[in-house]
Amino acid sequence: MEELDAAFAALADPTRRAILARLAAGEATVTELAKPFSMTQSAISQHLKVLEDAGLVASRVDGTKRPRRVAREGIEAMDQWLAMMRTALEQNYDRLDTVLAGMDQKKGKKQ
Amino acid sequence: MSKLSLRTEGDTHLVVTRRFAAPPEAVYRAHTERDLIQKWLLGPEGWTMPVCVSEARPGGKIRYEWTNGKGGAFHLTGEYVELEPYRRIVHVERMFLPDQTPDNHVETRFVADGGGTLMTIRMTLPDAQTRAAMLATGMERGMEASYQRLEGII
Repeated sequence: MEELDAAFAALADPTRRAILARLAAGEATVTELAKPFSMTQSAISQHLKVLEDAGLVASRVDGTKRPRRVAREGIEAMDQWLAMMRTALEQNYDRLDTVLAGMDQKKGKKQ
Repeated sequence: MSKLSLRTEGDTHLVVTRRFAAPPEAVYRAHTERDLIQKWLLGPEGWTMPVCVSEARPGGKIRYEWTNGKGGAFHLTGEYVELEPYRRIVHVERMFLPDQTPDNHVETRFVADGGGTLMTIRMTLPDAQTRAAMLATGMERGMEASYQRLEGII
């Protein structure tokens, strides 16, 4: 949860969202990522650093390569927050139905 | 009938609709009166709202604090902007989880619908990117759905 703010900020950039979507389809190196985005490797590296700092992307060492992948934990933290929001909304309104039914009864008794 | 609907509108809006079997006055009061709010605005099972501030006047403060009694806690702060009794509420809110989420501008309308109320909540996020980020990570559970959505927004 500590990185939630950083995660939302990181995803505020369309290129970073595109990089993340590409990585969601599978691991990729900086070179592989630079091609479809027609960006320099250094620009891609900067975006990757923001995503890594936000806990959304992780890397591993493979010889001289450092393939990047989506960091599930980071995505899950955001996902959890949003799922919580929807579930909370549904449960809240089910409860509100009950509260409203109760208000109606009270009104009836007064009359 | 009473099912929650959640959809996007334009670049920065999220719209929630829900029908209730009570008149607009009751639904409006349940959204503005402290004692009523504390009965239902609780989130997942097991959570309570020990602190509820709802100063229902323009400029009035909103503060909701939730706890699950097991050390879990988060809160929301906000301000009322406009209030038209039984018809419309405009307010701003942000959550602390504990990190602060971007300001959410919320307009809630209550319209008489048969014997009940059709409530429409229109949320405005600061920019398209914030909303995209919210949707990108998925409104529903499931990692795969999240990834597909992520690809869909590019």
